Amino acid sequence: MSPHLEHDYIGLSEVSSAAAGAGAGEGLKETELRLGLPGSESPERNEKVGVTLELLPKGFVSGAKRGFADAIDGSGKWVFSTGAGSEKEVGKKGGVAYGEHLGGGGGKEAAGQEKKAQAAKGSENDGAVAPAAKAQVVGWPPIRSYRKNTMAVNPLKNKEDGEAKQGPGCLYVKVSMDGAPYLRKVDLKTYKNYKDLSSSLEKMFSGFTIGQYGSHGIPNRDGLSESRLMDLLNGSEYVLTYEDKDGDWMLVGDVPWEMFTDSCRRLRIMKGSDAIGLAPRAMEKCKNRN
Amino acid sequence: MAAKRKKELEGEEKPQENRISTFPDEVLERVLVFVKSHKDRSAVSLVCKDWYNAERWSRTHVFIGNCYSVSPEMVARRFPNIRSLTLKGKPRFYDFNLVPPEWGADIHSWLVIFALAYPFLEELRLKRMTVTDDSLEYLARSFPGFKALSLVSCDGFSTNGLASVASYCRNLTELDIQESGIDDLGGSWLSCFPDNFTSLEALNFANLHSEVNFDSLERLVARCKSLRVLKVNKHVTLEQLRRLLIRAPQLMELGTGSFSQDHKLRSDTELENAFSNCKNLHTISGLWVVSSLYLPALYPACSNLTFLNLSYAPLQSTELAKLLPSCPLLRRLWVLDTVEDKGLEAVGSSCRLLEELRVFPADPFDQEIMLEGGHSGVTESGFISVSEGCPNLHYVLYFCRQMTNVAVATVVRNCPNFTHFRLCIMNMCQPDYLTNEPMDEAFGAVVKSCTKLRRLAVSGLLTDCAFEYIGTYAKNLETLSVAFAGSSDRGMQCVLQGCPKLRKLEIRDSPFGNAALLSGLERYESMRSLWMSACKVTMSGCRLLAREMPRLNVEVIKEDEGDDIQAEKVYVYRSVAGPRRDAPPFVLTL
Repeated sequence: MSPHLEHDYIGLSEVSSAAAGAGAGEGLKETELRLGLPGSESPERNEKVGVTLELLPKGFVSGAKRGFADAIDGSGKWVFSTGAGSEKEVGKKGGVAYGEHLGGGGGKEAAGQEKKAQAAKGSENDGAVAPAAKAQVVGWPPIRSYRKNTMAVNPLKNKEDGEAKQGPGCLYVKVSMDGAPYLRKVDLKTYKNYKDLSSSLEKMFSGFTIGQYGSHGIPNRDGLSESRLMDLLNGSEYVLTYEDKDGDWMLVGDVPWEMFTDSCRRLRIMKGSDAIGLAPRAMEKCKNRN
Repeated sequence: MAAKRKKELEGEEKPQENRISTFPDEVLERVLVFVKSHKDRSAVSLVCKDWYNAERWSRTHVFIGNCYSVSPEMVARRFPNIRSLTLKGKPRFYDFNLVPPEWGADIHSWLVIFALAYPFLEELRLKRMTVTDDSLEYLARSFPGFKALSLVSCDGFSTNGLASVASYCRNLTELDIQESGIDDLGGSWLSCFPDNFTSLEALNFANLHSEVNFDSLERLVARCKSLRVLKVNKHVTLEQLRRLLIRAPQLMELGTGSFSQDHKLRSDTELENAFSNCKNLHTISGLWVVSSLYLPALYPACSNLTFLNLSYAPLQSTELAKLLPSCPLLRRLWVLDTVEDKGLEAVGSSCRLLEELRVFPADPFDQEIMLEGGHSGVTESGFISVSEGCPNLHYVLYFCRQMTNVAVATVVRNCPNFTHFRLCIMNMCQPDYLTNEPMDEAFGAVVKSCTKLRRLAVSGLLTDCAFEYIGTYAKNLETLSVAFAGSSDRGMQCVLQGCPKLRKLEIRDSPFGNAALLSGLERYESMRSLWMSACKVTMSGCRLLAREMPRLNVEVIKEDEGDDIQAEKVYVYRSVAGPRRDAPPFVLTL
């Protein structure tokens, strides 16, 4: 398996985590790997990934929500184990920055899909870099220009939920921390990935009890970041959670960043003991490490 | 004020066998007023000369399916009392960018003639025509009694043109610019309706991108007590929508704005109440940017709903499944394929009365990343679920990425009453994905089972066999759309020879050549039009056709200088107006 396939949701590839302070690299990556039509706006994958949310539990962690630690582990289960066929698909889709662009769909047989085959051939060599240009035929499929243009401008990101205040280009959510006397607000749009978010939160709440655990690092595993928040999780009894659009409390870090920002309504830094219902395995892991 | 008709006495005694014509003309005309359908009226006009005359004097509405088949002068000469006109312009493949933009179908020359001939024109309904701002201003100023303007898939104008209409059409009842690609220069046009203007009954500006002044809109809605159709654009928020609904509880058709998070909305119950007040709603559309949080507010308004257009709302299957039980009377449903097969199962179980289903692709160009095991869109199984639960289904438009022959056969066995069957397997030339065979048997099953079929669009890998089936069984077929299909001239020949009621045939990227084209020599005069692009037709074949059939316009669109042999795009249509006088340089009339 080529290394570029195995990305964790913190968004760092094995390759880039080796480079110190991969922040800039990630930023660049974010801008490079646009999968929309040239000229179209935000990534159009959010809704799609939203759909697969239902599939994830089936495919992986049979029902239980993934532990944040697991996600960061890079134990690779976020990478949909790609069969031979789907590697082509991955290449075709081109680009695997955040692990959300992984794998081929089961239903995507290459049979009879000449245009895809062309695209796949084109981008396989490029590996994780260039998005595949689809060989598109004028006027096919037969969708009226009006409908095409409308859906391109309002990609599947049409789904918009949550109490997150949203103006043009900002997405403020409340952050609470158990035990802290007051809440904070952060603009999720100012962050590019979980690492950014976690450092910022750590700075914000460092006045409280978190600080003392800050230095408890974890060994650098494959693809692991040095997220302080992770330190927080592993070294302390705090867990970062969020309330999603359905009103459920979820562990931060399970889903691709974009999807997280779309569905996150508020954040809560929870005491580990309260989080037991959320991610039992994660907690066990923490305890085991300690 | 109808123009008075002169007595046209031929000066002869009517012989005994012409008893029909002893009926006084004025009475005949009064009776004919009740004949509305243009097909019936055509039939009436063919009975005898008296009836032809009675018909032409009593006709108030003209439908012209191809604006180049007749000239405005001819229309004005034959029908003196027209109040309402429906005109269609460009070939349908224009919608898919296969026809160059400057092709024609400009309304202006029609307006100029009609300003003289029909100063009391009230309605104009255009589809795929070019309409400029100048034309709109001309229209607004030339017809003082003008009431209804409907522009579907039109282009060439901007919001300035709308401002003219709003300013000068004092008696306007309808303004509908559905899906027209216009230059959106701002929303101020809406504020041009005068303060004493109250006649509006239908307003549709759903496709405009810029924001209109909400106060103006609210006041307009409040003072137009007969408003029954209101379709706003996505800038209208939930709270604003709530206020509009309070003003217009009599609405019958509603196009919502953005149906998402709105902090100004004080409570969900208020929104729900606003909806429950609208007891006459039979059509809902819009729902741009929809939030599942707010969908339930709609439920109380859905009890009488017959048409639900969710084709711009990327709903999930669960959301659709929760919404549908509130719509027991639903007859027409348009959705995006984000609802997937599960959503369609819900359709099958909740919508027993369903007659029409359209499933549009949310991601037609396949840009979404496919996660393993994840299927985007709908498949054959969703199609089957709907057919099992909805026996009255007769219209389907279905975009999918995989299909099987057996599935289609099952669908049409469950629903043999299809009149419109439009299946689009988005991957070109894709065979049955289970058997790897062509999709011939699927469409064979369709035409064998559905004897009332009038419109068919085929897709997938198809050989001539499919067309043999069509020619053999589809005896009521009027419209056929073909893309990337067939193996030889024989395919097209079968259709032309076997489908007596065929009126519109549009073909792209299929291996049909001159032999096929010329086999339809006798047919084209009884058809509205034929379109062939990227087929194997050559210029000489087209010239031969033009020579043999002088009452057809045979037009070739030549976009590049290169090939003088291949006829890249051919458009053939019958016309009594002769060759076009306004053809741009790239349209060659042979």
